[in-house]
Order: sequence, then structure tokens, then C-alpha cells
Amino acid sequence: MTVFIIRRLLQSVLVLAAMSVIVFVGVYAIGNPIDILINPQADQEEIERATRALGLDRPLWEQYLHFVAGAFTGDLGRSFVFNEPALRLILDRLPATLELAFAAMLVAVVLGIPLGLWAGLRPESFAGKAITAGSILGFSLPTFWVGLMLILLFAVQLGWLPATGRGATVEVLGFRTSLLTLDGLSHVALPALNLALFKLALVIRLARAGTREVVPLDYIKFARAKGLSTRRVVLVHVLKNILIPIVTVLGLETGSVIAFAVVTETIFAWPGIGRLIIQAINQLDRPVIVAYLLMTVSMFIVINLVVDILYSVLDPRVRISEAR
Amino acid sequence: MRKSLVAVALCGALVAFNASAQELKVGLGAPPTSMDPLYHNLDPNNQVARHIFDTLIDQDEKQRLRPALATSWKLVDESTWEFKLREGVKFHDGTPFTAEDVVFSIQRAEKVPNSPSAFTIYTKAAKEVVAVDPTTVRIKTDGPYPLLPNDLSNIRIQSKKAAEGKSTEDFNKGTATIGTGPFKFVEWVPGDRLVLERNDNYWGEKAEWARVIFRPITSSGTRVAALLSGDVDFIDNVPPADIKRLKSDPNVAIWQSVSNRIIYLHIDSDRDKSPMVTDKQGQPLDKNPLKDVRVRKAISKAINRQGIVERVLDGVGIPAGQLLPEGFFGVSPNLHVEKYDPEGAKKLLAEAGWPNGFGLTLHGPNNRYINDKDIVQAIAPMLSRIGIDTKVETMPANIFFSRGSKLEFSLMLVGWGSGTGEASSPLKSLLATFDKTKGWGPSNRGRYSNPKLDAALDEALRTVDDAKREKLLQQATEIGINELGIIPLHYEVSTWASKKGYVYKANTNQHTLAHWLRKG
Repeated sequence: MTVFIIRRLLQSVLVLAAMSVIVFVGVYAIGNPIDILINPQADQEEIERATRALGLDRPLWEQYLHFVAGAFTGDLGRSFVFNEPALRLILDRLPATLELAFAAMLVAVVLGIPLGLWAGLRPESFAGKAITAGSILGFSLPTFWVGLMLILLFAVQLGWLPATGRGATVEVLGFRTSLLTLDGLSHVALPALNLALFKLALVIRLARAGTREVVPLDYIKFARAKGLSTRRVVLVHVLKNILIPIVTVLGLETGSVIAFAVVTETIFAWPGIGRLIIQAINQLDRPVIVAYLLMTVSMFIVINLVVDILYSVLDPRVRISEAR
Repeated sequence: MRKSLVAVALCGALVAFNASAQELKVGLGAPPTSMDPLYHNLDPNNQVARHIFDTLIDQDEKQRLRPALATSWKLVDESTWEFKLREGVKFHDGTPFTAEDVVFSIQRAEKVPNSPSAFTIYTKAAKEVVAVDPTTVRIKTDGPYPLLPNDLSNIRIQSKKAAEGKSTEDFNKGTATIGTGPFKFVEWVPGDRLVLERNDNYWGEKAEWARVIFRPITSSGTRVAALLSGDVDFIDNVPPADIKRLKSDPNVAIWQSVSNRIIYLHIDSDRDKSPMVTDKQGQPLDKNPLKDVRVRKAISKAINRQGIVERVLDGVGIPAGQLLPEGFFGVSPNLHVEKYDPEGAKKLLAEAGWPNGFGLTLHGPNNRYINDKDIVQAIAPMLSRIGIDTKVETMPANIFFSRGSKLEFSLMLVGWGSGTGEASSPLKSLLATFDKTKGWGPSNRGRYSNPKLDAALDEALRTVDDAKREKLLQQATEIGINELGIIPLHYEVSTWASKKGYVYKANTNQHTLAHWLRKG
């Protein structure tokens, strides 16, 4: 097990190194950041000065080595646009994204599992069919369109919820969160629902399929034959057995919700890292792009590692053995 | 049911209105990236800085210069300017404003580390800046330099006491963000909000709002929805497609002004072979037809500017015949919008030896100017109609400008806003011969060159007499436009929307300023 973890961590370092090279070359291939950052009124002298100031006059490999040297001391470079450490920019905005992701996952689970169970238990009923059909919409409607529709309906037409931004925050354990204020909750509702839609559909599908698989099995029949109430059969025997695949998938999806909330954050003007990265890409703010992707890749590596380890803990049939 | 809903909505609106009668919420299309007024010379940052900081000389809504922290300015000799400063002005922290702060601010322009676009382009003409006494500043330039007042209208004056030795981060946190402007800095959470408070001791007309909250809302559909839902009271950059609808909304007022931005086609008029020009079969041509002024004229005649403005831009443009719209300094009375004349264009092409036309690719950005990619797509068939088979390629601005500056295009759609509010800015950057040592033609991506234009511009930039200088600028403009160094298309019209009952001073440099919005 220890050897397995060490090996995985070594592999992770290689992945991170490869990724940073790709981003460096990629941004270089897109274009010269100076051309987009500089004021058009600037003359050639100023263009050259700015190129030097951002270190873009040096050959790419030299810029990369400079970055690597900094990275070992925890310095991932300064944003061209903000003139602040790239890592700090990301960490400053991470709480907003984390709480949005958390709220979205909560919506997906709290709505998704009961709906999926219902659809699985009564697949032929009208409600069951409607839920299944609805989940198809959740998969196939584009996020940006649904987002705008949510705003038009709940903010513009009905006026129940604010259209954009993050609400009032309070500090809990050193983190600022808006999930504990009424204003904050009203702001997070629409973007969380928007972000949750896809995951919700996914959970419904998984729960429904799991339920349909489990219900005809002998132990459920036996439980019924014993005279257990339907409630107990469903909530204990069925639910427990469909949760394993749902938990696994949700674990992985959490990563993607955090890393790729770009569209939802842009539509709802949510001050998280998704907005930061899209702005950084538009302005070729390479230090921020690199730092963001390094962070994202690290996050996925950790999640995958934890999932692998948890697997062996949860299911005794799976053993982590040294790969040969 | 419906009535009661309306009543509820009205009550809600009234309560909200009472609670926030003094508070203004603004939805910004392009958020600032720094609170340091000298870090990044870009409009989103400059428009925010204008709330907190004043300049010696201010630009009004038509970019005409008017006194601000300097009450008057004059030439002492050909190359020495003297500025008399306003007395009794205090910074937000209570320290009095003096000539030392002016010297400090001008000199700080070149000392901001890591600046991706420095303000030195406005200060480098000032060779020597001296505080003669607390209310007098003298600036020496290298030879006569008439544009010094225009340049200085872009340099915001900071407090020497508060900002000396401070970094951009100190400005972002607010510790150094001390100006004399109509608003005081309260708080900035990047990407979320910027909060300002009225400066009740402001020397000029005080702002209407006790508190202003700027919220970045980059998605234009959301920005409009935020206004309609009452999340914000005022938005900029209204998407053209929504203007008609907003105009008919009884709760919304629309504010429009022609801008200083011209949208034009730049043409490779210099090289013997141009990379994106082909024959009708798509094979590279060994000759560049765009070098011939008649071909360029034909392209200009082939474009239906009125049609583009009406149908592609939903009216938010004005057909252009030169570098700046009417009313700006240096605009020539002799230049007019080219008439749409495809038959005449065909004749010109035949005269130039291309009776069957040729092929080319027209390039443009797709996220930089109002409806830019749609304009490009509308122009292509107009050119194809006169025999120039035109393909279209659009790309995000971050790729487009890099490739354009590397001269990879033959015909491209670009825009230019004149920051100085007069004609020397586009002349110098777009039409003057590319010359590194003089700093001319940095955006001359077609490498147009005419020594006569250069000479007229050179003289204009050394002529202090306004009337004479304007003549010279007009002359230079006429040369460049008549030879079609660029093909003007239209001037952008900027659009703001506010709640009904507010009045905005719509302005030519597309700035969104809370102190220019008042209750009607």
C-alpha cells in the first residue's frame, strides 16, 4: 500500500511537469500576451519595455526554467493583469467556487436520490416516466441557455431571487461563506440549481437504474416476505445497495464541478475561479492559466488517489497490489 | 391575480427604492483589474480610476479638455508649460493637494513595476517636471509639444504622502488609493464588487450617490437581466439586439453617444506579395493587387455602410468617412462617407487590370468590437459581388491581434479609439510610416506609407498654434483617407441603460462614470 502511494505520487509529479510544459507551449502558440495587454496607443518602445517587464523577451525554455525555479519555492508567478501572485488570486476566489460546488452537489443528491428511487420503484407510472424524461432534459439542455432562462423566470419575471453575484458572507473557521446568510442563500440558489442540473440528471439515472436492478433480487423479496414495511425495505435495503455507484461517481464529479463551473460562473457573475480562468485565457495571462491548471490537475490526482484507496477499504474484494 | 402580482411587485420596488435611494449599483461589462491608476493603461481600469482620482485636466463628455486640478495652463516659452493648480483641494485623507503631488504622480508613471502597459506614453514628453511653488507646476518638453495637455488628461494625480513607495498591491487593498476625486475607495473584492463612497468635500460638483457598488457582469445577456430584475440600476455595453426591447420598457432609459472608436479595414498596401491574396482558383498570386489605390477604392465602394449599420448593428453605428466623427479636433470637412457603388467598383477593378477580380481572405476578431464577426461576414459577400471572392476567418482577440501584428493578414477588420480625443492619435498609430525609432505606426498593420502624410503629421506635432495644427491634421487625414491607407467603415455608438428617471451623460470615450449619472 505504501509503495503504491509513493509510486502514484511520483507519477503525479511527472503529470504536473508535463502539463506545465504543455500550457507554456500552448499559450506561446496562441499569441503574444503583449499584443492583447498593451494599450493600442503605445508605441514600439513601450511595447518592447512591457515585453521585457513581463519577461517575455527571453526564449521560452528560459521562461520555463525561471517558472520551475519559482515553483519549487511555492511561487507560481505573478499575474500579468493583476500584478499579484497567481496562486493567491486563485486561493482568494476558491471559497466562492467551493461553496457553489457544494450547494450544487447538495441539490443533486437531495433531489436526485428520491426522484431516482421513485422512478425506479414505479417505472411505469406517469411520475416515473416524467422523472426519466426530465433527466434527459437535464443531460441535453445547454447550461448557458438554462442559466439565462432561470434568470429570466425567477429574477426578471417573478422577481423572487437575485439574478447575479454572491450574497453577504460570514466568516466561519477562517473561511468566508455565503451559505449561512439568507441573502447569501438567495444568491446561490439559481447558480447552484443551474450547475446541479447535469449532476441531478446523472444521480436520477444512477438511482433509477440501481433501484430497478435491486428490487427484483431475492433479498428484497425476502425482506418483503418477512413483512417489513415498504418504507423500511426502500430506505434501508434498497437505498443502501444503490448508494455505492452513486458515491463513486459523485466523488469524481465534484472535481469537475469545482474545476469547470466556468459557464455557470460567467452567466451568474459568480466571483469564483471559473470566471478568473476565462478572463485569464482571454487576456493570455499565462501565470494564472498555469497555476490554475496545476491546481486542477493536483486536485484530480488527489481525488483519484483517495477514490482508489477508499475502494479497497469499502470493498474487500478489491486489493491494491503493486502494478507489475 | 395579475393585478395583485403587479401590486406586490410595485410595493417591492418602492421598498427597495427607499432603502437604496442614495445607493447606486452598476453592472460593468469589463471589470477593472487593478486599483493602481498607473499600473495598466486600459479603459476598464481608467474609468474606475476616474471616480477616485482627478487629473490636472479633465476630458468632458466629448473629450474636450477642461480645467480640473489645474485651473489654467499656458506656454511660458515654446517648450515650457505652466500649470496653475486649484487651491483648497484636499485628498480623501485630509492632506492638502499641492504641486509636489503632481510631480510625484507624473514621475511615478515609469516606476510601476511589471506594468503590462505603462502610462509613460503620456509622460515621456515631459522631460522635466518642477514644482515652482505649491500651486504652480512647470513642465519642460523636448521641443514644442502641443499635445501635453491631452496627454496629461490621462495621468491621475495621487497623494505623494499616501502612495510614495507603495506597490500596486497597496492600491488594491486601498491603503494607497487616496485621491481627490468625487468618490472615496471603500473596498475591492476582485471579480465580485468594488465599493465607493461619496467624497462630501469634493471641490467640484458633488456626486448624486452616497454609495456606489460596481459589479462585474461580463455576460451581456445577464447584464440586461440584472437591470430588468433590479439587481443593478445602471449597465454599460448594452448588446445591440436588446436595445429595441429596452427602449420600449417603461422602467428603463437608454443613453447613447457616438464614440471615439472607428471600425475600419486595414489593407496590406505595401508588400509585393500578400499572404492572403489568391487568384480566383485559390492559388497564391505573385502580385499584390491591394497595392493599387484603385483596387482599394473599389473595395471601399463595394461596401454598403448604411446597410451594415442598419441591419448588422441595429443602428448602433454611424457610417464613417474618416478617422474620427464630426466635432473632434482635426476632422476634415472635405472628406465624406464613400457612396455604395458596386458598379463603379467593378469599373475601377477593371481599370486596375483585374476585370475578373481575385480572391482573398478577410480576417476579423469575434469578441472585441460590437458585432465584429457579423460585420466581417456581411462584408465578404459585398466584395464577392464585385468579383473579389472573399473568404472569412474570425478568431478571438487574443489570437487575432498577435497574428495581425505579425503581418499575417492582407485585409482585416480592426477598431481604433482615440484616447487623446483628436486626430493625431489614429494618424500616428495607423497611417504614419512604421518607424521604431520615432514610435510611429505601431498599429499600422497594412504598412501604408506616404512621406507627405508623415511630413504634415510631423509638423502638426510640433505646431502649438491650435488653428494651424488642426489644418495640418486635416491635411494628413485627407492624404491617408484619399489613398485608402485604411478603409473607414463606421463609428461605434456606445449604449448605456439605466432605471427610468436617471440621466446619464453619454460620452465619446465609452467610460461608465457614476458621477455622470444623476436623478432626472
